[in-house]
Amino acid sequence: MSESLGSAVPLSTTEPRPAAAQRVLPLRHPGRWIASAIVLVVVAQIVHGLATNPFFQWDRFQYWFLRPTILDGLLITLEVTLYSAVLGLLVGILLALARLSESPVLRAVSWVYIWLFRSVPLIVVLLFLYNFSALYKTLSLGVPFGPAFFTFDESRLATDMVVAVVGLSLNEAAYAAEVVRGGILSVDQGQHEAASALGLPKGYQFTRIVFPQALRSITPNYVNQLIGLIKGTSLVFYVSLLDLFGSVQSMGSTYPGDIVPLLLVATAWYLILTSVVSVVQFYVERYYSRGALRSLPPTPLQKVRTGLRDLRARVRKEAAI
Amino acid sequence: MTGETLEIRPAAVEVRDVHKWYGAQRVLNGVELTVRPGEVTVILGPSGSGKSTLLRVINHLEKPEIGHVSLNGELIGVRRHGERLKELTERAILAQRGRIGFVFQNFNLFPHLTVLDNVAAAPVATRRLKRPEARELARTLLDRVGLADKAGAYPRQLSGGQQQRVAIARALALRPGVILFDEPTSALDPELVGEVLAVIKDLATSGTTLVIVTHEIGFAREVADRIVFLDEGRVVEQGSPTEVLDHPTHERTRDFLSKVL
Repeated sequence: MSESLGSAVPLSTTEPRPAAAQRVLPLRHPGRWIASAIVLVVVAQIVHGLATNPFFQWDRFQYWFLRPTILDGLLITLEVTLYSAVLGLLVGILLALARLSESPVLRAVSWVYIWLFRSVPLIVVLLFLYNFSALYKTLSLGVPFGPAFFTFDESRLATDMVVAVVGLSLNEAAYAAEVVRGGILSVDQGQHEAASALGLPKGYQFTRIVFPQALRSITPNYVNQLIGLIKGTSLVFYVSLLDLFGSVQSMGSTYPGDIVPLLLVATAWYLILTSVVSVVQFYVERYYSRGALRSLPPTPLQKVRTGLRDLRARVRKEAAI
Repeated sequence: MTGETLEIRPAAVEVRDVHKWYGAQRVLNGVELTVRPGEVTVILGPSGSGKSTLLRVINHLEKPEIGHVSLNGELIGVRRHGERLKELTERAILAQRGRIGFVFQNFNLFPHLTVLDNVAAAPVATRRLKRPEARELARTLLDRVGLADKAGAYPRQLSGGQQQRVAIARALALRPGVILFDEPTSALDPELVGEVLAVIKDLATSGTTLVIVTHEIGFAREVADRIVFLDEGRVVEQGSPTEVLDHPTHERTRDFLSKVL
């Protein structure tokens, strides 16, 4: 940042040109050059190996990459991720508020929830839910030990999708709660006081003053969570939902010869999803850093532009000397 | 924008026998204070004497364990329940705070909102004004503190003195009956103190009720109608600037003034 700022200062052409003899020669770094060369050779070898090794069967990769079965799986992955991310975050916010509340009961319940769902492996939660309908035939909403107001037939309610989303959300909420709580705690106490001293209503204080500032530190942590979640969805295969990984797995057992290209297809799609999330993260973070930084961090396009300008300036300078 | 929106009716503040503890430590020990409408009261006192706590008790950011505060005769933060005082709901307390401006030592502007939105936030959030009216009011107030050109800036892009002036405009947007200043210039570089004091002085001469905690003795002499000297959680002496600053009767006041003057 400081480097690009410093070099972005336009070169003054009016100053007298320094005598060539006075010019300071920058220190050369031969070690750095050698290390870079070695790393480049290794990288080239890896890329070459990936491209030419027949083991990877790139023609089969191409065949599978956009197959409808794979795309159907991808869609399931996206759906499950989206629902669980939103549900998980909402429940996480409630849990975080409960943990920060004055009520010892709310604090304790929230703490136990987080403790429980962070301790139990996701796959165990999913399998539990999957077998839930065997344990409880019907679900009803009402007074404990008293009359029930609503009764659901569980076998109809709990589709594979619901089981998957509920399981992932339960797990996600526990982690999201801690991320959100950390974000809220990172907001200066003076902000709460100022909002309170101005008589802003409680809800407004949270939604307009505290939470937007908390989001600045919540975003990177929650995106981390989200990437974990995208990969975590591969576990829904075990509750018989054919997500991206599930489709690859089932195609792999039908076409055992294609298992490697199929795994490559899954890898490529997961890479793409993570990359998209990272790009979104950059812009969301940039948005929420309004006011926190004196000037916003440059977008990649702006970086390329200043980089080119610096390069041109440097070339001109070299030529001038 | 009509003058009506800007008009502030100065309020009277009464503090009656207020006691406050932080854990086992007693910070306010039976404070009595009367501020008449339009009067400028400066609170002086050594560090730890309870000045800031007293100020925060007035707008109920701190709850007194004993005693009460009233604004124009209306109890703040509590209501009478037979012989006793009962705490109000949070919503009611927040509504009362709308009539008391508070300016913090560290400004505490909202960094994610523009200067204009910082000032316009409270009237909009409390539904006293619609957004366009609130923004117009905010522009007028920013102009009054000499920052009309900074409306679109974010607080961190401003100097400390400018931030504090925005904070004053933000407090004024409530149209408060009284404004409380908690060491408004203590966090500022020396060359920026003057611009903030000038704004406060402008408010003082325009007849707003002000209660100011400060270490700027010269400023206190200039603007105060009354100076209150606080020590160990009690009002030790009070009177006009000449009485308290030039002819202090109490040993603790003399001791304090000899150190700061």
